[in-house]
Amino acid sequence: MATAEEVAKAAERRDVRDRWLLSAPALLVIFLAATGPLLIVLVYSFLTPGPYGDVKWQFSPEAWIAVFLERDIFDDTLSAAAAHVTIFLRSIKLSVVTTIATLVLGFPTAYFMATRSEKTRDLWLFLITIPFWTNLLIRTFAVLQIIRNEGIVNSILLKLGIISAPIQILYTDTAILIGMAYVYLPLMVLPIYASMEKLDFRLVEAGYDLYATRFQVLRRIIFPLVKPGVIAGSILVFIPALGAYVTPSVLGGGKNMMLSNLIELQFGQGRNWPLGSALSIAVMIIVMVALLAYVRNAGKSGVRHG
Amino acid sequence: MAKNFSIKHQPGFTAIAATCFIVLYLPIIVLVIYAFNAASSTSEWGGFSLKWFQSAWQNTQVVDATLRSFQIGSIAAVLSTTFATMAALATTRTAPYPGLTFKYAAINQPLMVPEIVTGVALLIFFSRIKIFTGYSGIGYLIAAHTAFCIPFAYLPIRARLENMDLTLERAAADLYATPWKTFRRITLPLLWPGILAGLMLAFVISLDDVVITEFVKSGGQDTLPTYMLGQIRRGITPEINAISTAFLLLSVAIVTLFFFVSRKRD
Repeated sequence: MATAEEVAKAAERRDVRDRWLLSAPALLVIFLAATGPLLIVLVYSFLTPGPYGDVKWQFSPEAWIAVFLERDIFDDTLSAAAAHVTIFLRSIKLSVVTTIATLVLGFPTAYFMATRSEKTRDLWLFLITIPFWTNLLIRTFAVLQIIRNEGIVNSILLKLGIISAPIQILYTDTAILIGMAYVYLPLMVLPIYASMEKLDFRLVEAGYDLYATRFQVLRRIIFPLVKPGVIAGSILVFIPALGAYVTPSVLGGGKNMMLSNLIELQFGQGRNWPLGSALSIAVMIIVMVALLAYVRNAGKSGVRHG
Repeated sequence: MAKNFSIKHQPGFTAIAATCFIVLYLPIIVLVIYAFNAASSTSEWGGFSLKWFQSAWQNTQVVDATLRSFQIGSIAAVLSTTFATMAALATTRTAPYPGLTFKYAAINQPLMVPEIVTGVALLIFFSRIKIFTGYSGIGYLIAAHTAFCIPFAYLPIRARLENMDLTLERAAADLYATPWKTFRRITLPLLWPGILAGLMLAFVISLDDVVITEFVKSGGQDTLPTYMLGQIRRGITPEINAISTAFLLLSVAIVTLFFFVSRKRD
């Protein structure tokens, strides 16, 4: 006869097996239509481009060299690929500025929401959730109509006599920046709000009792306590901003490319799938670095405030 | 110090918050107003009219794309929610077991990768399969949408499960209910609000997708968002405003429903 311990062990094993079976469909779909194909991209980035798109199954490091370097067609020397470097730097710069802009606007907004009464808080949360779940393309399109030369911003400035000719905002980096800050703002506000909602205001009160100024309270008490939310928000904005496709396509007008447009080009007119693959992996690497920084930071603040 | 000193006040924060809310809604309101513009350009107001809604309604490309969006969205939502529910049951209310962390990471993986990278990866992968099998139907889009909807459907279901303890299920088992009966009569009814929220979330996410669809679709497989992107790149007509307005209305309706379903406590 089996002992009670053995029976319990067998039941536990069965439980774990059942749990694997239950999660199998979800894991399988994600592996087939999300994670697995990423490995193929990695393989493709080391192959030779085919004449009509796709690849020839022949190892070549050219695509990775071409990410940052350019081979001279006459003497085969390598030099920095100015166009690619510019696009990389522009994408990183725009994503960082977008993150900072949404933080500067989103932090006070989350604070405002968290300091409302219990009842109205839900309403404010609802108001920030609506744009969050509204189609990103439609919101980008809405921004386009506002900042066009004939848009409401320019019309008002013209009528007020502040400017004599419309300012060209559309199809510039500024337009992409405005668009990204607009569409990603809720992604910053929501996690900060989630941290802020749990903030114990007795600590704030204690700070004032000890003669702290408002700014000192903000910097030394509130900010450190909601830092996990701030980091989560920054990651949530930075990752999609770096890979943004819709906003630069619509507001950048084809000239002001970001990484995603450069990648798309390689699979369209460029007919260089290995280069497109290498660029995609490069984007992934930047995202990974950002995520690792997040995990390390979150771990640290978790220890301190947990 | 002043008598009415508020510890919650921070100078300028309310003004910034007010600006944010106005700025978030102003462009959307302008977009909706211009959908009712009688003039054929979006730069002047020509009086109230519903003609752009009418023209969108009669545009077969728009109708086709809308139907395709709904078809993909509903199939992907049902599949992803079913799989997410099973996965949530397998990853909650348990002591840590080998592979649990792996499952969390795997399920959330689509959220960690920029859409453009997933789009490119699927383009490469599916183009191989297309050559291999000769099938180039809507199945690829459904598979892709199901995959990236799973983490979204998983969120509310898992949250709901974590707030449910095992007492009732244990009681049912004590009363000789089979595991399946316990699931049908106890777990499922209690979990239902979470599943419903997951279903709606997945549907909205699928309906909104532009990037992955743009890379995966074959010719003539435009969904409403990819059709709109094509039109916006070519130049804007108030018809896009009308389509956007109808789309917005639907999204707001679903989100409102979601908000009430997920906020409801037992």
